[in-house]
Amino acid sequence: MAAAAVTVPASPVTANSAARRVWRAVRKNRKATAGAILLIFFIFLGLFPGLIAHDSPTAEIYGRSMGVSSAHLLGTTAYGQDIFAQVVWGTRQVLIIAFGAGLAATAIAAIIGVSAAYLGGTWDGVLNLITDVLLVIPLFPLLIVIAAYVQNSGTVVLIAVLTLTGWSYTARQLRAQALSVRSRDFLEAARVRGERAVYVVCVEILPTMTSLLVAAFLTNALYAVLFASSLQFIGLGDPNATSWGTMLYWAENNEALQTGQYMWAVAPGVCIAALGTAFALLNYAFDEIGNPALRPVRKIRSKRVRPARS
Amino acid sequence: MRFILRRAGFFLVTLWAAVTLNFFLPRLMPGNPALAMVAKFHGRLSGQALISLEDLFGVNTHTSLFVQYLHYLGDIATGNFGTSLYFYPESVSRVVLDAIPWTLGLVGVTTILAFALGTGVGIISAWRRGTWLDGVVPPVFVITSAIPYFWVGMMFILIFGIRLQWFPYTFAYDPTLTPGLNWPFIANVLEHAILPAAALLLTTIGTWILTMRNNMVTTLAEDYVRMARAKGLPGRRVMLDYAARNAVLPNLTGFAMSLGFVVGGAILIEYVFDYPGVGYMLLQAVENEDYPLMQALFLLITVAVLVAILLADIATAIFDPRTRSAG
Amino acid sequence: MSDPHVPEPVLEVSGLSVEYVLDRGSVRAVDDVSFTVGRGEFLGIVGESGCGKSTLLFAVAQLLAPPARVEAGSVIFKGESLVGLTDKQLAATRWRNLSVVMQSAMNALNPVKSIGAQFKDAMRAHGVRRSDEIADRSAEVLRMVGIDPAHLRSYPHQLSGGMRQRAMIAMAMLFTPDLVIMDEPTSALDVVAQRSLMVQIKELQDAYRFAVIFVTHDMSLISHFSDRLMVMYAGQVSELGATRSVFDAPRHPYTQGLLEAFPSIRGPKVPLKGIPGSPPNLAMIPGGCRFHPRCPVAFDRCSEEAPDLYQLDGSLVRCLLYDDAAADADASAPTGGRADA
Repeated sequence: MAAAAVTVPASPVTANSAARRVWRAVRKNRKATAGAILLIFFIFLGLFPGLIAHDSPTAEIYGRSMGVSSAHLLGTTAYGQDIFAQVVWGTRQVLIIAFGAGLAATAIAAIIGVSAAYLGGTWDGVLNLITDVLLVIPLFPLLIVIAAYVQNSGTVVLIAVLTLTGWSYTARQLRAQALSVRSRDFLEAARVRGERAVYVVCVEILPTMTSLLVAAFLTNALYAVLFASSLQFIGLGDPNATSWGTMLYWAENNEALQTGQYMWAVAPGVCIAALGTAFALLNYAFDEIGNPALRPVRKIRSKRVRPARS
Repeated sequence: MRFILRRAGFFLVTLWAAVTLNFFLPRLMPGNPALAMVAKFHGRLSGQALISLEDLFGVNTHTSLFVQYLHYLGDIATGNFGTSLYFYPESVSRVVLDAIPWTLGLVGVTTILAFALGTGVGIISAWRRGTWLDGVVPPVFVITSAIPYFWVGMMFILIFGIRLQWFPYTFAYDPTLTPGLNWPFIANVLEHAILPAAALLLTTIGTWILTMRNNMVTTLAEDYVRMARAKGLPGRRVMLDYAARNAVLPNLTGFAMSLGFVVGGAILIEYVFDYPGVGYMLLQAVENEDYPLMQALFLLITVAVLVAILLADIATAIFDPRTRSAG
Repeated sequence: MSDPHVPEPVLEVSGLSVEYVLDRGSVRAVDDVSFTVGRGEFLGIVGESGCGKSTLLFAVAQLLAPPARVEAGSVIFKGESLVGLTDKQLAATRWRNLSVVMQSAMNALNPVKSIGAQFKDAMRAHGVRRSDEIADRSAEVLRMVGIDPAHLRSYPHQLSGGMRQRAMIAMAMLFTPDLVIMDEPTSALDVVAQRSLMVQIKELQDAYRFAVIFVTHDMSLISHFSDRLMVMYAGQVSELGATRSVFDAPRHPYTQGLLEAFPSIRGPKVPLKGIPGSPPNLAMIPGGCRFHPRCPVAFDRCSEEAPDLYQLDGSLVRCLLYDDAAADADASAPTGGRADA
């Protein structure tokens, strides 16, 4: 299977200057800025939910199925819970899953992908085969099957399951990039100095792939958000947790749409979409940063050419 | 040719991996769900069905794990998937076969449409860089690709089904009609398919557009596209024959790979719309702990994806002469 | 500023300037370049990487892509001005009268179409429709470059590097144009293939009398084949004249430096001298003469005054040493200090 990975020409850089370049790139690119703002907004919500929503998300003390009002900005559920509070407090769990699974999957993908590229030979073949097989087995059905056996997965289990199934896609991309870096001179120099493989992989190769690693993290985080909420929606998460996916589960179970309780279904969905969009925008922007050919092009109007100076 | 053989070999390895996963997962999980399930159904099942269930999960058998594994492989090879627990006494095969046509229709047609339309829009968007089209396409579809599939389905139900009442939104056809090759039935089926198909199309088309556009942009910078211009070839021929034909190649493999995601989306859409396809059945099986049915459906979905990938590889071999020589 | 020595000009480029429009401002890759090419003439263009020679070629052939564009000047081909025409308007002249051979044939030939199919595309785009005509002509041009016509059915990756390059030349000859522009067609080949390709090109040229503009960085190779030689530096023409006079008696210090960097098989062993420093960043061009930071014979005027092209015995040289006024006024020897680049 040919990987349609875009390989980025790399030069040996320190982690520090790479971080600075990334920051500058984010500021310049409009998509990146929009995505970053959205993401920061949600992180703020996740860190300080009490500041925004004063009601408890789990208390079932309010009137049932009330509509939008100034007391309940998004109305209440059929169990008498405040929807706005649920949405705001639910941010935390979603973010934990997104960052947890995103980072873990990226870490595994980086180690496996780069090691496969660096070690070459049979190691490469074996790791590649495992990656490809996992890549090809349809993820969501596999997630469903695993979650079905585990029953009532809490946050940690969700993260573990998402990580174990999700690393294969980005492992491919990282391996492709690592392959293109493998034959550079500075790696030869490290090898001649007698550095061990682990050192070379971590200290020499990985820092050159910063933007690709960030892009991989964003991909995995997006995947985690979407799949986690999907699993929760069909009831395979912990139904008692406060999370957007579980809200949708309860809304569906109580026929929210058919009974006119729109906000119950609309609000958490919009949040998932917004957070997902944040990751997707940042991801797309990093694609553009890594491959300048993709950046927006100003159409140059053909203007009248000045006659030659004689 | 060697290329195809290698891919078929990979196909078999993956199939084996999926089957083995199916075998080992229930035995590995904490709390041995198989045991719990067998205990639950003990009262309801009789004789042969119970025995085959126990065989399937290795409960109360006194054979070694390895022998159980061989039995399992043998069962799979002969198509014996046992009896469904939720749809008892129907056999698993019967339930699966009934569900397949619905999914094939809905998901198959929608995916092909999404691929064709998405690729087309991607090509045109890249060709017209710098215009408003290319400015608006990427952000719009980046956003649509981040929206969860099931939520789109729910919104469609809300807007077009409940508020506007334009289309029906549950099941595949009106149960009061008699199924058959008569026009009222067929029309009714089509009517019921519109909302789920539209939801699936909307959520999956974004990826095709974006990847095709990015591939096209990279391809347009290639020397042979410049050469085509230098030769004075008409614009459309350059765009299609020189640029698009090359740009679509990595997409073909990507098409198959992301079928895995399409399948996931289809499962959710079927669930939301109560559409009785393979995905809906899978979730029914999960909800009701009908593990034999669940395992068979998982295998079926995996096989379908593998076949699609193999087909895509064959297509790549046909369209890209370089793969044929490289073997 | 057309060269009066060129009879029957096929191409006249005057004051051509090309710039790249970037976010942080524009960069001029080609600055006020003028030259003429006569019928059947072989003009070589040499220079270091990044001096603008490929950009110049693309600009002449109207193949620039955004963000590059022609900023000033004119390109007159057989009496017709090419600048500003759309692809559609250029289609009639393209390939029939003016064809292009690119650097790496692996990238310049469509990898998913056979050679024959690509020939066919070109011919059909210009009105040749009958399949027997197409087949005959395709076989004929392949034979011209010494390739067995059976290879019409081959794909680019199935041919060797040298064969691919010759196939490209064959494709360029489909309509025996008046001018063929070649962008470093030999750079990707080994020395043996290089020489054989050059000989082939020269033979074709003798037979069909077309003009050639040949861009390369290999000055010694081109000097055996070209009629006139143009040396470019930092986007400008630094020297232009008959090959023999430029090669045997280079006037511009840069040209002298280039020649001293090439070993000669004949004659006494001389230590090789490279030109220190590197070409300037075109976004930050040094004031005065562009070459002065690296020039071994720079003097005080060089950092302040940008030299024009001065005529000297039929050659053009962009160096203050040859400005008549400078030769007179500067009685003392040049200071010869070499500023670090």
